[in-house]
Amino acid sequence: MRPLERTNDFVVKFANVNGSGSASANGLFAKAILRMGVPVAARNIFPSNIQGMPTWYEVRVVEDGWRGRRGGVDLMVAMNPETWKADLAEVEPGGYLLHDATKPLAADRMRADVTAVGVPLTALCHEAFSDARQRQLFKNIVYLGSLASLLSIDPELVEAMLAEQYRGKAPLLEANRQAFRLGFDWTREHAGPIGLRVERRDRVGDRIFVDGNSAAALGAVYGGATVCAWYPITPSTSLAEAFMRYCRKFRVDKATGKHRYAIVQAEDELASIGMVVGAGWNGARAFTATSGPGISLMQEFIGLAYFAEIPAVLFDVQRGSPSTGMPTKTQQADVLSAAYASHGDTKHPLLFPEDPTEAFEMGAQAFDLADRLQTPVFVMLELDIGMQDWLTAPFRWDDSRALDRGKVMSAEELEAGRDFGRYLDVDGDGIACRTLPGTHPRRGAYFTRGTSKDRYARYTEEGPAYVDNMQRLLRKFETAKSLVPGPVIERAAQPTRAGIVWYGSTGAPMAESLAALEGQGIHLDRMRVRAFPFADAIPEFVAAHDRVFVVEQNRDAQLRALLVNECGIAPDKLIAVLHYDGNPLTARFITSEIGEKARALGIASRMPVEGRQKSAAD
Amino acid sequence: MTYLAKPKIHHPSLPVNALGFTRRDYEGPVSTLCAGCGHDSISAAIIQAFFDLAVPPHRVAKLSGIGCSSKTPTYFLGQSHGFNTVHGRMPSVLTGANLANRGLLYLGVSGDGDSASIGLGQFAHVMRRNVDMTYIVENNGVYGLTKGQFSATADKGSRSKRGAANDDEPIDLVMMALTLGASFVARGFSGDKEQLVPLIKAAVQHKGAALIDVVSPCVAFNNHSGSTKSYDYVREHNEAVNRLDYMPERAPIVTEQAPGETRDVVLHDGGLLRLKCLDPDYDPRNKVAAMAYLESHRARGIVVTGLLYVAEDASDLHDAQETVDAPLNQLSDAELVPGAAALEGVNASLR
Ligand SMILES: Cc1ncc(C[n+]2csc(CCOP(=O)(O)OP(=O)(O)O)c2C)c(N)n1
Ligand code: SF4
Ligand SMILES: [Mg+2]
Repeated sequence: MRPLERTNDFVVKFANVNGSGSASANGLFAKAILRMGVPVAARNIFPSNIQGMPTWYEVRVVEDGWRGRRGGVDLMVAMNPETWKADLAEVEPGGYLLHDATKPLAADRMRADVTAVGVPLTALCHEAFSDARQRQLFKNIVYLGSLASLLSIDPELVEAMLAEQYRGKAPLLEANRQAFRLGFDWTREHAGPIGLRVERRDRVGDRIFVDGNSAAALGAVYGGATVCAWYPITPSTSLAEAFMRYCRKFRVDKATGKHRYAIVQAEDELASIGMVVGAGWNGARAFTATSGPGISLMQEFIGLAYFAEIPAVLFDVQRGSPSTGMPTKTQQADVLSAAYASHGDTKHPLLFPEDPTEAFEMGAQAFDLADRLQTPVFVMLELDIGMQDWLTAPFRWDDSRALDRGKVMSAEELEAGRDFGRYLDVDGDGIACRTLPGTHPRRGAYFTRGTSKDRYARYTEEGPAYVDNMQRLLRKFETAKSLVPGPVIERAAQPTRAGIVWYGSTGAPMAESLAALEGQGIHLDRMRVRAFPFADAIPEFVAAHDRVFVVEQNRDAQLRALLVNECGIAPDKLIAVLHYDGNPLTARFITSEIGEKARALGIASRMPVEGRQKSAAD
Repeated sequence: MTYLAKPKIHHPSLPVNALGFTRRDYEGPVSTLCAGCGHDSISAAIIQAFFDLAVPPHRVAKLSGIGCSSKTPTYFLGQSHGFNTVHGRMPSVLTGANLANRGLLYLGVSGDGDSASIGLGQFAHVMRRNVDMTYIVENNGVYGLTKGQFSATADKGSRSKRGAANDDEPIDLVMMALTLGASFVARGFSGDKEQLVPLIKAAVQHKGAALIDVVSPCVAFNNHSGSTKSYDYVREHNEAVNRLDYMPERAPIVTEQAPGETRDVVLHDGGLLRLKCLDPDYDPRNKVAAMAYLESHRARGIVVTGLLYVAEDASDLHDAQETVDAPLNQLSDAELVPGAAALEGVNASLR
């Protein structure tokens, strides 16, 4: 078996023990490659966040810019003896394995078709450092040095990054640099470069490397959120934590040191959403961050907020469900429970960001939508977006943009005698004016309740008044269709009667998969759904095709069900392609599933054409 | 059911408060509760207290849960925004509202079912967060609205209207509030407006979480013999430890009520609470002693009323959060949105 020879197109996987301090070194590795102008797609794979458990970090070095996982591993950095066997088995034939060679490796623990690179990491650290914790931590930096040497990564570039990271902490910087050099020099002397290489390119551009939860939290800061109430739950916790971080940076009054925000770690999700509803009622932009189990607990309040028409933003970072499910695995399985959350006739706007860039944009936009529509708005993140670092377009903000606070009647308008009916549709869009508590001494006060009321917020149990109000809420939902982000539609290279629909993180492997399918003669017009309620263009796209694949990451084809239900689409027109084992979707999976189904349905054209050379780095 | 507005015409001879408002300005539409319901007396006391304090009515936000008691905010402070939330969860909504605008007065109204049964968790946490509010529990020992089931404050051994005995230990919200860190804790009786009005006034002026547990008989379901929350029972077993004169002015006013030693408590804003101590040994600044006193009286079937505890150095949730002085809901875009240049800095740090 010849060892693999690949440049800028291979997969490195780090097998680590949680809590061993590997995250920082692994992150530096990915960033170093980015700084060489070569895109990466990186993913943490964690069975649990408890110390001592195994965790993996996978870096796909991919000059073509594909964002999904490839599948398979070309170089395993095997730092966890517990998972050695499985890690070794995952390496592609001809691949490589980097291990700690302080103790000799028994021959039966290696594969003949894998090249082992042994570096005495523990021994090197033992010699260089005296502190026990340092000896442990710097092992990670030593293997980073080894990798730089093996893969021809510019060592000066890594040292520059260390200097940035430890700016102002000279002793720490020195120790890190020493550890890095230790690994680099030892490996250069004893092992030399391997067949996998990173070569400088200019394919990264101005893109940034960031996780979706941080991006969404930053979006909340830019969206003007001032109140955050939350209860810890993986994978949403880091969103609330990032909001804290960005608020400390951007929202502290310089003169007084006081906060232009309030963050409450509530006693549970019922209290979180209750606080958000209270703050929204009182005119502050408020949000909670949670996951499926939290959404379940919030149901009653979501119905109240819908009916009492109170702005609220909920970031739902979806994870494997139901129940406590697979808390560290990704899914898109809360679509239906969020769309129709609560008792009675309710439906809510949902936003589906595809990556951290959109998590930022939609994270900000959600607050405008919630205020404009006076209703709870869900930002449907996923673990795969929220907790993974993505190479993604930089965040942008237009300074001329003003926060849209919606129809809030001012003291001046009330003073001027403008008619105020809290549930009175003044201009046909189904949205009534609201007043905030404390606005005017004698006008505009009303009593908010979840029970039935008339257009002037007076309690009534009269049937026609109830129906009148519920119909107005439907009109409001119609209005929402034109306010939420519309779908992104792109035609196939050749005219086709078949289409494909997806949303959220499913987009990551999609471009790669569509290119492969084209190579097989399967041409699909494509539509990425970005929000619910569905803009008219969405049913129109479906109507314009005979068959439409709907790719999602849940068992029950939830978006498909929503499309059938809301747009009156014949179910057999929509072909479900489902992946829900909790692991991020791969292009290989989509290509093979759709390829098979398309051929069975006679969708593939007879003559395969050259796959369009489209890559995400264009 | 209809909405019965009261005539808004002011008789020229109606008394006005310091702001020129009449009592009518603090009222709401006519109550639809049962005639004689204790809750209506509490509404009347609230109206009186806010009138006396000359609070601009629109500067109050009144929030409640679900129950007959939680319906009452409709019937007072008609010029204030109100929010009838969900059963047992008003505390969280009030907390959020308070965070959004620290410039208003917050009045939470709840029932014993609402606060001690379904809402015990939120009751506990709103007290320990020391949210600046007046929290009134209209405590009748039953679920009035759902027709008379025992609530969690019903005394062990007390009997329902149909004769069933309650076997469970009662939850004493006063004791809970004390252990949880509420900084103002009182108990009143809806049948004693003289005592209740000053308690409400003091609670409103107090900074931090102020609880008033008001025993408030339900004439429809819990006013029979065998009940420990009936008018007769509470009149017989109620023992006031003090009576309060609330003095927003700095100069103490001595009233002509019952004789006894007086004790002044200085409020955070420099105001004074003058207490007439009916029990000279009772010091409402001593939490540990208050708890022992309450427990020993409870064991003897005595309902202790009055200002039971007040912390003199009160703070609130906004102090803990270190929020700016301006209400969060009034901050401008410029104060909230860091802008494009700052974002470029973030982008640069992520490359
Ligand atoms: C989630 C939920 N469960 C049950 C109810 C029904 N319910 C309405 S009021 C109430 C009890 C109210 O008791 P309390 O708070 O003591 O008020 P009271 O009527 O006695 O003043 C119940 C159980 C409800 N509204 N919501
Ligand atoms: S049922 Fe009881 S609590 Fe409800 S209004 Fe009637 S007397 Fe009052
Ligand atoms: Mg009750």
